[in-house]
Amino acid sequence: MSTVAVTPTVRTAEQYCTFWVADLFFGVAVDEVQEVLRHQPMTPVPRADAAVTGLINLRGQIVTAVDLRVRLGLPPREGDQLPMNVIVRSRGEVVSLLVDDIGDVIDTAGVDGQPAPANMPRKVQDLVCKDRGVLPLADAILLVLDADRAVDVSTTPDNPGGTP
Amino acid sequence: MDDDAEIIAEFLVESHENLDQLDRDLVELEQQPDSRERLSSIFRTIHTIKGTSGFLAFNRLEQLTHVGETLLSRLRDGDALMTPAITEALLSMVDTVRALLDVIERTSTDTDPAVDVLPLVALIEGLLEAGLPTTDSSETPAVDGLSPVDEVSEIGGAVVEPDVSPAASTAAPPEGMVTDEVAVPETSWDGVDRRTAVEASVRVDIDLLDDLVDLVGELVLTRNQILQRAGGAEDIELVRASQRLDLVASELQESVMKTRMQPIGQVWSKLPRVVRDLSHQLGREVELVMDGHETELDRSLLEAVKDPLTHLVRNSLDHGIERPEDRLAAGKPAKGTLSLRAYHESGQVVVEITDDGKGIDPERISAVALERGVVTRDQLSRMDAREVLGLIFRPGFSTAAAVSNISGRGVGMDVVRTNIERIGGSVDVTSEIGRGTTTRVRIPLTLAIIPALVVGEGEERYAIPQANLVELVRIEGDDLRRQVEDLAGAPVLRLRGKLLPLVPLAGILGGPVPDAESLTVVVLQSDDVRFGLCVSTVFDTQEIVVKPIGRQLKGLAMYAGATIMGDGRVALILDVPGTAVTAGVVVAQQDTADSRAVTADDRTALLVLEVSDGRRAALPLAAVSRLEEFAQDRIERSGVTEVVQYRDGILPLVRLATAIGLADTSDREEQISVVVHETAGAAGGSVGIVIDRVLDVVDVAITASHVGRRHGVTGSAVVQDRVTDLVDLAAVVAQSGVPV
Repeated sequence: MSTVAVTPTVRTAEQYCTFWVADLFFGVAVDEVQEVLRHQPMTPVPRADAAVTGLINLRGQIVTAVDLRVRLGLPPREGDQLPMNVIVRSRGEVVSLLVDDIGDVIDTAGVDGQPAPANMPRKVQDLVCKDRGVLPLADAILLVLDADRAVDVSTTPDNPGGTP
Repeated sequence: MDDDAEIIAEFLVESHENLDQLDRDLVELEQQPDSRERLSSIFRTIHTIKGTSGFLAFNRLEQLTHVGETLLSRLRDGDALMTPAITEALLSMVDTVRALLDVIERTSTDTDPAVDVLPLVALIEGLLEAGLPTTDSSETPAVDGLSPVDEVSEIGGAVVEPDVSPAASTAAPPEGMVTDEVAVPETSWDGVDRRTAVEASVRVDIDLLDDLVDLVGELVLTRNQILQRAGGAEDIELVRASQRLDLVASELQESVMKTRMQPIGQVWSKLPRVVRDLSHQLGREVELVMDGHETELDRSLLEAVKDPLTHLVRNSLDHGIERPEDRLAAGKPAKGTLSLRAYHESGQVVVEITDDGKGIDPERISAVALERGVVTRDQLSRMDAREVLGLIFRPGFSTAAAVSNISGRGVGMDVVRTNIERIGGSVDVTSEIGRGTTTRVRIPLTLAIIPALVVGEGEERYAIPQANLVELVRIEGDDLRRQVEDLAGAPVLRLRGKLLPLVPLAGILGGPVPDAESLTVVVLQSDDVRFGLCVSTVFDTQEIVVKPIGRQLKGLAMYAGATIMGDGRVALILDVPGTAVTAGVVVAQQDTADSRAVTADDRTALLVLEVSDGRRAALPLAAVSRLEEFAQDRIERSGVTEVVQYRDGILPLVRLATAIGLADTSDREEQISVVVHETAGAAGGSVGIVIDRVLDVVDVAITASHVGRRHGVTGSAVVQDRVTDLVDLAAVVAQSGVPV
């Protein structure tokens, strides 16, 4: 009985909600993802960190949207390309990750995680899970995103040194 | 007395709940007479009531529960066995206790003769004396057991007792009836149409209340959306329905918010004990005066201010009120007074903690703050007395010479302030040496839904809490040029004779400041700072639901949270104190003091000096960084400029007397007195202004006159009954060759 009880947990841990940011293929463990939304109207937050694109009204809850392109040090999206929202739960808060496109939920059972290749840009390495790291699948390489770190935008205040 | 009333009310609610349980227990006990567990439960309940009634001096209630308790303890210990007679007696006791509680609720005493306990006490004592399960004499105990009711009817008949007459009249029938059915008089007793404390209140889970508040918040938002849509609708029914919705939602909101309101007395109720214990421990004599404890505020806030308030009270005892002998020596009564006052003021709750102790010595605060490295001497020299007192709220500051276990345990006033500011409140302190100290804590009434002014800047809207709003000013055309001036790049508005620093919202938000033909100024007040926020559009005031924002934005002091507008979009709520800091107006006010000293008739802190053999001159204190003395022989020359070596640098000197056209007499002493002024210019640097001596520091409202105007002097004013030259600092500094 106990093996039966354990298996599902193992299985969810190996299921990833996937998405693209530029040409990078990312995944977040499905149990960390609350939902996936199309582009939402957003209220910008002046003076916030560059990665904070704005605030979203998610059924009455205020959700901060963090642009993964900024977090990963990638160039901004092309003119008319609207980002999608991957809503994740991180340390008791709900945060939206802005990504380029949404992929499927995939099962990676049987694929061993590897550490991030050393030549990957620092900013990308920083946001890839340390333990599972990089999953070389048959048709793509999945980078497992450390959602907690991805939303951990610097909270140091802007320089409050008077009006610019 | 009010405290007593509160304790009594709590006692009543609790006792009634216990009695209901007791009824059930007794009935079940009849079924299982030997249930030790149930007997113990009954015993505990009666014991509790007895204890509290003794404490509250309800002697008759105590007397009754005492015999009841004795009977129960016998039963519990197995010394007696349950019989119908005993059950009967116990049930009668419960009824009589209930009747007494009703009397207490109506009259706050249990002395109403309408309820007589003696026959029942006698009956139970009789049962006790009989020792053990007595006869099956159900009739006598039953009648006696009903005696409270009988008494009521008798007295109700004999004496006019309007208070109890409903009870008396309904209770009258049982008089003749010899019955062993207890429930009959009980129901007739309860059939009265008055609501008791118990019936009038329901205990509700806090989480449920919080959920309700959230839901009402959602409803208010939805209402706002519907109102906006229905505003332009042609369907008259829709418009009407939306108006009704508006009304109902507002009332619902108000009611739900009220459910969370609790009197601040709940927090205070523990203070008399704290004060008593502490004053014993510290050897102080203190009288605690509390006023306004019925002032209500949101429960979550109440919870949040509990510890800070207690800490402030402890502080007053520890640092404020002196020992009796010291007080007598100072000509004060030996017994100190600590008074707590709570009241509502402009949508906020203000709690004042005042002691008549020794007060706070700014000198000492300054010394300690320097010693602990809380401020630099430089910063300190720019502070006025009020700001110096404010230093006690800085982290790392604690004046307790020895760390006592009362205060100064590392939990300092900075924590108090942090906790109060976290809930949107503020705290400030005023003190008079030898007379006492008042700490004023301001707390918002509620956090969840607040009235706010919605303004627009760029594409976005921002909500400004109404609590900080003073007024709205719109300036157009000629007025714009006349009333708005530029002081060294800082726009200020002349508003009824006062200079108001102006801050463009667009600028604070990091955008370009648009040039406009007109100016809309939202005048805001944050603690001591008043400033004008220039916005491009003002929408309206509305009730907004404050929602927390994620930790990614916690570092931004200018936002208090966010809210959802009628169209479903998110709008940020400006935190006015944070905005003031971000905008730099907290500092800006001091900077403008320089020019105000000579132009505006405003209160200004001035350093009054003596130059040229008894002539008086004044400098704005804000312009003074430090006061120094140098030996005459340290003066060297660089070209034509006198200099001294100072702090690893060269400090150019200007003889003030010469600079303002007077004869210089500053080298009569061996030491020269120098006012060090740090220039604000891009090059930066200090200038030493050589004077004869410092006379005083004053904080006065001056009326500047042009009399005596010349190079280096902008005019003169009467300061401390003497005509004093107002120094044109820029002109004086220019003589040193240092760029201004």
